[in-house]
Amino acid sequence: MAAYWHAQGAETFEIRQLADLERGMDLLALPGGESTVQGKLLKDLGMFMPLKERIDGGLPVFAVCAGLILLAEKIDDPGSRTDTRPEQWFGALPVTVRRNAYGRQLGSFRTVGMFDGKPNVPMTFIRAPAITEVAPQVEVLSTFDGAPTAVRWRNVTAFTWHPELN
Amino acid sequence: MNEEQPDRQELNRNLAQMLKGGVIMDVTTPEQAKIAEAAGACAVMALERIPADIRAAGGVSRMSDPAMIKGIQAAVSIPVMAKCRIGHIAEARILEAIEIDYIDESEVLSPADDTRHIDKTKFSVPFVCGARDLGEALRRIGEGATMIRTKGEPGTGDVVQAVRHMRKMQSEIRRVVSLREDELYEAAKELAAPLDLVKFVHDNGKLPVVNFAAGGVATPADAALMMELGAEGVFVGSGIFKSGDPAKRATAIVQAVTNWQDAKLLAKLSENLGPAMVGINAEEIETIMEERGK
Repeated sequence: MAAYWHAQGAETFEIRQLADLERGMDLLALPGGESTVQGKLLKDLGMFMPLKERIDGGLPVFAVCAGLILLAEKIDDPGSRTDTRPEQWFGALPVTVRRNAYGRQLGSFRTVGMFDGKPNVPMTFIRAPAITEVAPQVEVLSTFDGAPTAVRWRNVTAFTWHPELN
Repeated sequence: MNEEQPDRQELNRNLAQMLKGGVIMDVTTPEQAKIAEAAGACAVMALERIPADIRAAGGVSRMSDPAMIKGIQAAVSIPVMAKCRIGHIAEARILEAIEIDYIDESEVLSPADDTRHIDKTKFSVPFVCGARDLGEALRRIGEGATMIRTKGEPGTGDVVQAVRHMRKMQSEIRRVVSLREDELYEAAKELAAPLDLVKFVHDNGKLPVVNFAAGGVATPADAALMMELGAEGVFVGSGIFKSGDPAKRATAIVQAVTNWQDAKLLAKLSENLGPAMVGINAEEIETIMEERGK
């Protein structure tokens, strides 16, 4: 993720603890990984509320895969057990997501498609979530099999695939 | 078997990238898997017996029962890994058939082939393999491994071997970086590793895949030590569920890996964790697992 932003001429730093939030930022990038891990660490290390305030306050956010799950208003995993399924994390994006919607790692895939009006954009899905519902005011930037895979709403741009991997 | 191999290799390396900075925990039951997930594990390794018990039980140790692995897959949303024996193509195919997220071709189990590893390029599912040095790591990557870990000496709770392997690998990487380009042919010969991979290490100063530490990690400090030495994440085997308070220790190790440079936090994380696994001295054991598969 850092390399992706460096390539666009941005400087980056990692947020690993509360003190890191004292540094100024123009954009918050929520990377891929496991949403359960990230959500827990954000809360354990006291970063969740300060970050939520900034996201709600309009800080631009660029979220990928697990980052999208952290932002979604609703997490809907029909197969998963309620005791391990979070209701929501930041809840800042009016969409519903389903985790691991394409199955396990054997379901990971790469394709090309139209993104934000640009054709032939490579899209890498790694144990990706799916967006199953979007509020009417959310702008859909890309789709796969008819379902939205990237969306924009207010200060948030979020992807089920990994733009930083291509 | 797999028509889109180049893509598959890349997708499998990508998944390992997503695990970076995380902790992968050995679990033997769905309950343990849920504790691990709740504590912040980025993946779990499903196995019937953790290495310490494999060591204690002796005998031939094999792939776990697929029913047991499926139980763990159903219990958590994070990736689930499982081990097959070194060179055991059929066990690997079975694990692929149940859609495991990552196969560990592991020296912790009894090797099925004492000279050859699995040709992992023939599989769609990703593989992680152990390595004690750079040559071994690059040989495994050449065979298709998309993630590397140190071998350590599993099931001992003694971190000394993982330290030795990680230090050796990192210092060999630094040496390869320092070579002139026309010296890489000889280096590839010495390392007994594919030339293109040696060139990659020379140009990039790192392995072409993610490199984790494994073997003997039992405390937050052990995990922080491995990160200091260049690991990109940590496997914790027997260390968690052989300890007094697994949930607390697991949480502490996850935070230690995230903030391994913050000694004040490490001090706090190390407080009141209850007894660590007792462990055995790596020098006092009879079965040397790291010698399996080179």
